[in-house]
Amino acid sequence: MPVTLTINGTSRDIDLPPEVPLLWALRDGLGMTGTKFGCGVAACGACTVLIGGQAVRSCQVPLSDVSGAVTTIEGLGQPDNLAPLQEAWIKHQVAQCGYCQSGQIMQAAALLAETPEPTDQDIDAAMQGNLCRCGTYPRIRAAIHDAALMMKAG
Amino acid sequence: MANWKKITRRSFLVFGAAVAGGAAFGAYKVAEVPENPLTPSADAIPLNPWVIINGDGITVIAPRAEMGQGISTTLAALVAEELDVDWQQVRVLHGPPAQAYYNAGFVDRMSNEPDFFLSQQPKSHNAILAAVPKIFSLQITGGSTGAIGGFVQMRLAGAGAREALKAAAAKRLGVAPETLKTEGGKVIGEKTFTYAELAAEAVDMVPADVELRDPSTWRFVGKAMPRLDMVAKSTGTETFGIDIWLPGMKFATVRMNPKRGGAMLGFDPGPALDMPGVDQVIGLGNGIAVIASNTWTAMQAAALVTVDWGPADYPADTAKIMAQIETAFRTEPDSRLRDDGDVEADLAKGEVIEAEYRIPFLAHASMEPWNATAWLKDDGSVEVWAGNQAPIMTRDAVAAALRIDADRVTLHTPVMGGGFGGRTDPVPAVLAARVAAALPGTPVKVTWSREEDMTQDYYRPAAIARITGRLEGGKPTALWGRTAAPSAARNAMARLIGFAPPGPDRGTVEGGFDQPYGLPHYRYDGHIADLSVPLGFWRSVGNSMNAFFLESFIDEMAHAAGADPLAFRLELMKDTHAPSAALLETVRDMSGWDSLKRPGFGRGVAFCYSFGTPVAQVLEVQDTEAGIKLTRAWIACDPGLAMDPSIIEAQMTGAMVYGLSAAVQGAINFADQQVVEQNYWDYDPLRMHTTPSFQVKILQNNGTFGHIGGVGEPGTPPAAPALANALYDLTGTRARELPLNKTFTFAV
Ligand code: FES
Ligand code: FES
Repeated sequence: MPVTLTINGTSRDIDLPPEVPLLWALRDGLGMTGTKFGCGVAACGACTVLIGGQAVRSCQVPLSDVSGAVTTIEGLGQPDNLAPLQEAWIKHQVAQCGYCQSGQIMQAAALLAETPEPTDQDIDAAMQGNLCRCGTYPRIRAAIHDAALMMKAG
Repeated sequence: MANWKKITRRSFLVFGAAVAGGAAFGAYKVAEVPENPLTPSADAIPLNPWVIINGDGITVIAPRAEMGQGISTTLAALVAEELDVDWQQVRVLHGPPAQAYYNAGFVDRMSNEPDFFLSQQPKSHNAILAAVPKIFSLQITGGSTGAIGGFVQMRLAGAGAREALKAAAAKRLGVAPETLKTEGGKVIGEKTFTYAELAAEAVDMVPADVELRDPSTWRFVGKAMPRLDMVAKSTGTETFGIDIWLPGMKFATVRMNPKRGGAMLGFDPGPALDMPGVDQVIGLGNGIAVIASNTWTAMQAAALVTVDWGPADYPADTAKIMAQIETAFRTEPDSRLRDDGDVEADLAKGEVIEAEYRIPFLAHASMEPWNATAWLKDDGSVEVWAGNQAPIMTRDAVAAALRIDADRVTLHTPVMGGGFGGRTDPVPAVLAARVAAALPGTPVKVTWSREEDMTQDYYRPAAIARITGRLEGGKPTALWGRTAAPSAARNAMARLIGFAPPGPDRGTVEGGFDQPYGLPHYRYDGHIADLSVPLGFWRSVGNSMNAFFLESFIDEMAHAAGADPLAFRLELMKDTHAPSAALLETVRDMSGWDSLKRPGFGRGVAFCYSFGTPVAQVLEVQDTEAGIKLTRAWIACDPGLAMDPSIIEAQMTGAMVYGLSAAVQGAINFADQQVVEQNYWDYDPLRMHTTPSFQVKILQNNGTFGHIGGVGEPGTPPAAPALANALYDLTGTRARELPLNKTFTFAV
């Protein structure tokens, strides 16, 4: 019995056992590889997606427990239709290797949805689960502040 | 007039002449014009191995691999500078394994002279590193050499292509090429042609001689260019190796002997095979692989296989390993690459300062775990996708593992989710090929779990240093440093080519022997420990070890002399290397060094000249109720010609974060011959809230014009000593062992 989920506004059937985590259903089952595997134990944030608007570590959520619409980095914006956060990421030239950035951007999206004008402390609190081995944290911080301004200006 | 064919040859003759005998290979092979490995298609016409003309722009074939360091953007800017295209018309790809993509920059990393006076000195060469180009066939990304290696080569490639396109247009118009202009991807004369229209005719018109443009006219080089990979990396559309996805593919993982180098005595796949979704469990000799319908199932099943592991041949635990490293002090030094004055006579004069420092093994822990995809085709050929720093060597290793000819292997090098030196070994590609061989006709992606990535890494060596120095009237007179460590280079060479070339091992002492401190008596010795723990190249290699030793000791001397540690360094450096001294003054002024000293705060300074780029750092720490916080950092660097200030700023910052992460908590320990640390929860790098703020200044005084120092690595070495020195300033406790969380409580 395939599991049916709503992903980026589209209903998708996934032919994998229900205990398989959402991360691997996206990556291996659907070939949606924007969401990354980093640790498998909720220690890095590379696999962050939104479920019902909340940022979750998709490596920790079995398919059977997915109880809302899923938004991945592919659903946030595309190269020809960028979300404000992505525009800010590009403006600040955040990425180095880029591997962590899908997770960083999804976590930031959840932060801005809840706190449209975050302070540095808000950013520290929201983003501390997202590792970046390339050390792009200062530019991530700057991009989040800038995206907040862009979204406020509309 | 420069001739790109001749330049290729000349670079190698310099190298060949300096190394007797052994270099004949290098000199001979590249004395020939590189064969163009690219084949034309309707909309993609290669004019040389580096430039393809497409319908809507150009594609630059970057000879270096992109691991996040931004090199593909910088190399493309060099081509665009000569080829007159708009930045939006430029794309970049990584080249196939080919001799054409040799790394000329590596020649500059083969010396046993201190970097800071390399430019004035004839080059002597290190036998171990002289073997590197041979093994890797020079298509290697490493040693912070990408920019210097491409500086002339890529501009010549662009200029050669431009002149060919002009020649083609000139022929059509019946005019002299000099009368034509190029701009925005077009040749402009009495009629205007796009490059694409001319490309097919231009192929045979690439001139032997071209003139490179005057740097004063540069539009791209030296500017902060938007990185060519930035949109893809901000939208989840970049394809890393781990993202290769082919219809019908299977997913696998490996579990290798945690007692590194040991054999596998037997295994029972029973419970794993019972899991739904599992296809196969394969024995690999020193480990197993599980093939399944998805990666998670493969990883779960791999854990269920019971395996009887044979032992490794190194000591059981960290304490015994360190004891073995310590015995190296009793052996004759392997190297004495610096011996100024008469250290022994000076130290015999009176009271000396002595200290011993210890540092642990370190893992690379790139965000993208090791992985590779392989597909054994019906005709017996194999296609492999694997992030790697040495394509020719990787391709050949795959061929050897499958016992097929190298031309039966198609190797793709996707962008890498971090490397930091940890993607030099061909292991992922080779194991993926072997796993795929068990399932002919089906592509298989093999992904290492984070735990496997951490425990099967090739580590930065653990090391011990003993340093003795003497002060006279508050002035330092002598310093004798000795580092004992297993050699990462020899360990890696033995693994990769089956023997470890002899000769002094620079990696054991770099960052210690080669610094621009003008002490009258300065000696540095390397003692090689005999140890078979698998080792590799970790961001900045030996500099990451010796900068901690030397810069901690210089600090100790400064405090013993009652001197300001920054002024103390400046005094030692100002007559030896002015650009380095200028960096110390720059961080002093940027940070407001004098004002940093106040209750509740500590300040530390450190310096290291590595990979052609001196870097000075100041770090501020604060005592808080939650523990010690790293608050602010200032970095000044001087790479000579700064190719892209935005990329340099990012690399300097990231490299310091990488070094600080290791300094605070990084340690790979052994128990029962197995690595203890498993994942990011027990190997936890700095995070958003524990990372200080940064200010970076780039100076351009180092070397003569055209000197291009590395930027990916030199920011790492000063990080650990800057932090240790700041903690001493804050607490009065001198930590002589890393990681520093053994001695201090940090806010987490
Ligand atoms: S992969 Fe899910 S948190 Fe690291
Ligand atoms: S950009 Fe490389 S891990 Fe974050």
